[in-house]
Amino acid sequence: MTAPRTQCEISFTVNGEPRTVHAYPMERLLDVLRHHLGLTGAKEGCGEGECGSCSVLMDGALVNSCLVPVLQAQGTVITTIEGIGGASHLHRVQQTILDCGGAQCGICTPGIIMAACHLLSKEPQPTAEQIKEGLSGNLCRCTGYAQICEAIAEAARETTR
Amino acid sequence: MVGMSVPRKEGRDKVTGRAQYIDDITLPGMLYGATVRSTIPRGKINKITFGPEIPWDEFVIASAKDIPGKNCVALISDDQPCLAESIVNHPEEPILLLAHPNRHLLPQAVESVNIEYDPLPSLFTIDESERQTQIIWGSDNVFKRHLIEKGDVDSIWQQAAYIVEGEYTTGAQEQLYIENNGMIAGFDPDHGITVWGSLQCPYYVHKAIMKLCNLPEKKVRVVQTETGGAFGGKEDYPSMIAAHAALLAIKSGKPVKIIYDRMEDMVATTKRHPSRTRHRTAVDRDGKILGGEIDFTIDGGAYATLSSVVLSRGTIHAGGPYYWPNIRIRAKAVATNAPPHGAFRGFGAPQSLFAMERHMDRIAATVGISPVEVRRRNFLKCGQTTTTDQTIREPIDLNPLLDRGLALADYRAKKALFAKENQIATHKKGVGIATFLHGAGFTGSGERYLASIVGVEGCADGKVRVLVSSTEFGQGTKTVLPQIAAETLGVLYQDVELAQADTLQVPNSGPTVASRTVMVVGKLVQSAAHGLRQTLIASNLLQPEHSPEQFRSACAKYIAQHGELKSWARYEAPPGIFWDDEKYRGEAYAAYAWAVYIAEVSVDLATYSVAVDDLVALQEVGKVLHPVLARGQITGGVAQGIGYALYEKVVWQNGRMQNGQMTNYIMPTSADLPPIRVYFEELGNEHGAFGAKGIGELPMDGPAPAIVNAIADALGVPFNSIPLLPEDIFQTLTRTQPQYAPPAPQGVR
Repeated sequence: MTAPRTQCEISFTVNGEPRTVHAYPMERLLDVLRHHLGLTGAKEGCGEGECGSCSVLMDGALVNSCLVPVLQAQGTVITTIEGIGGASHLHRVQQTILDCGGAQCGICTPGIIMAACHLLSKEPQPTAEQIKEGLSGNLCRCTGYAQICEAIAEAARETTR
Repeated sequence: MVGMSVPRKEGRDKVTGRAQYIDDITLPGMLYGATVRSTIPRGKINKITFGPEIPWDEFVIASAKDIPGKNCVALISDDQPCLAESIVNHPEEPILLLAHPNRHLLPQAVESVNIEYDPLPSLFTIDESERQTQIIWGSDNVFKRHLIEKGDVDSIWQQAAYIVEGEYTTGAQEQLYIENNGMIAGFDPDHGITVWGSLQCPYYVHKAIMKLCNLPEKKVRVVQTETGGAFGGKEDYPSMIAAHAALLAIKSGKPVKIIYDRMEDMVATTKRHPSRTRHRTAVDRDGKILGGEIDFTIDGGAYATLSSVVLSRGTIHAGGPYYWPNIRIRAKAVATNAPPHGAFRGFGAPQSLFAMERHMDRIAATVGISPVEVRRRNFLKCGQTTTTDQTIREPIDLNPLLDRGLALADYRAKKALFAKENQIATHKKGVGIATFLHGAGFTGSGERYLASIVGVEGCADGKVRVLVSSTEFGQGTKTVLPQIAAETLGVLYQDVELAQADTLQVPNSGPTVASRTVMVVGKLVQSAAHGLRQTLIASNLLQPEHSPEQFRSACAKYIAQHGELKSWARYEAPPGIFWDDEKYRGEAYAAYAWAVYIAEVSVDLATYSVAVDDLVALQEVGKVLHPVLARGQITGGVAQGIGYALYEKVVWQNGRMQNGQMTNYIMPTSADLPPIRVYFEELGNEHGAFGAKGIGELPMDGPAPAIVNAIADALGVPFNSIPLLPEDIFQTLTRTQPQYAPPAPQGVR
């Protein structure tokens, strides 16, 4: 069996709340979020850090949670799509993705929104090239990215109003 | 309402991460299932043994012996087994199923099942299959043949000023939806089997489970969960996974979830059919087509599955949007020992249209006229007939469409500029055109046989539900069908919802494929909604002129009085639309969308890589019902088309995909794509909802030929195969044009 026999206790902050889980140290952060904490917004598209569907923020850095052993998350601050905004209070990026047609099938959307939020936190007024670059770790098979890029540009514009 | 970009119904759930895809769902007591697959392309199964390191008594194991009904995945012909019994015909063919409560234990258990085979000789290419050194399917390795004969082809060669021949090939392409395939099945003796999952066609799965489990209609229920992309890839294979989950659920008495990981999804499930097209065309002195022969062959893999219908669409599109006074098209789908190829957006048309559009440029070069002019001289016109003798009655004129495309792309100025700059540039630039058409709806008599039914239901609160089995997987079904119903009923968009695609609740409105949902199903929704409104008017509960509130109140009153308010519509072939199956001729599609795509590329002569710098996608689509969604469909399709042309290469070895990972099967990222400039024209369509035609597949057809035509323009060398990778360009250039050999090191920038 690949799964080790002994679990360990991991404490971290998830979407603003302190959480403690018992998990195998090499268990993927993605699985811990999805299976232990019921946060299914982060998706598994490839399991090898190519598609970005499992993107979350860890201490402000954008990470592929499928590549992070949960042991590494000890003591960190994690933000998932569930911590970005809910149905009644959408984050501006969520709203512009909706308005601009940036979500089609929606499976990559949580990861895309995490990447967009990360980009806007580092670069509040990104150029078109910076947006493309900021999204280049997230694969989307539906949209051809154009309407996603427009949504991010629109969200950036809104902050200046 | 129609024509406005209303909010996507399920959009909020998707942007907040609350949308429930199949892998997000866990049922109490659920087991996880896994599939043991063949490791060889073809052979007899001799012996199956179970390794000693696994506590097998903890596992549920199912084999072909556990199938209550027929061991097949019912589709068109029933030749594909659900689980191989004695013979395997391709790598990754399912043989055994395992289930366990701990999903972490499954991969090693799968590895610990040892299967011994007596290998049999295998065939891996169209050429090998045609040579028939082995017969691996039927009597001649051919799943299906189509023949189109129009006019008298044999008489034209004498009159020809030029006879232009060419061979064109296209590779397999992976759909690469970001959500891998997955299913959950549950079973109890009273209710039978329920399957939830990621799928396009609930009633395909329904039919397959009924036959596999020998259960009546009412004892099989199929429910689509939120589906994370499909593109044809979830048309037929979900029936296989549902069948596997169902067998394990029956055997264990517990719900069973099967989720593929990326590699299993890529190596075991369907892809676009590889193809080979041969053209031989007689043209006159001016470049006008007198007639020709087209030989179109696709590789279907090991079982028939959907190949006959993929072949049909490819065959009918093989002549492109041109007038052929005389033509003979011979088409066939052949068997090889690869996993069956299946549906992928475009469904045969991208293959044959790639060949046609490359061949048009070859004709132009032979005759000495421009790619623009050769197309103008041969465009199909209103009143002329297609290769299947369908008279074009739509008021389409492709010349102004082409003019607009050329103007949008600034084609002439670029041609002149690049011709000059290319003489000294190390990045050679070119522009290429593709003009094409795409038929909407099932091919031939398909819609007649489907006889789709849709319902529109008024609810006690005055709101409305649309009852269809048509599924949402990103295209906007959940948004556009309610938009159509709301417009017809004169109610608010937010008062109309699409019922969940659950076979217990919705009638069979056909599969969600073939660019048919908006045009065909949408038209039926319009008709059923109209019937519902008429019922309320006839009951004196509603005036013909009414507000949305008055409708809600009339609806609620009707239900209070009668208990139920439902209106149904069933497809009937419109007058003048008839397809003769035996002669393979007639009205192949009720409507065609028409398009002009123009690509601009630059080829770096140091790396041989190609950048698409601009892509104009102009199409006539009848009527745009939702501008944001329609543009999204075209942009996304073009992106897949760019991948098809330049990046996405399936590497095969002994019938198995070797690069089944996103790391080594490369699809376009945001950094790889040009501005994709989308433009629409709207001529209406009497056969579609509010004049709409299908657009889902259309954008897949044009990018590859336009791009390869542009590369040929840039380099002055013809390329006739896709995917066209830098190493392919390097090889062709160094072989045919010594001046393009890599420069000496000091010359490298």
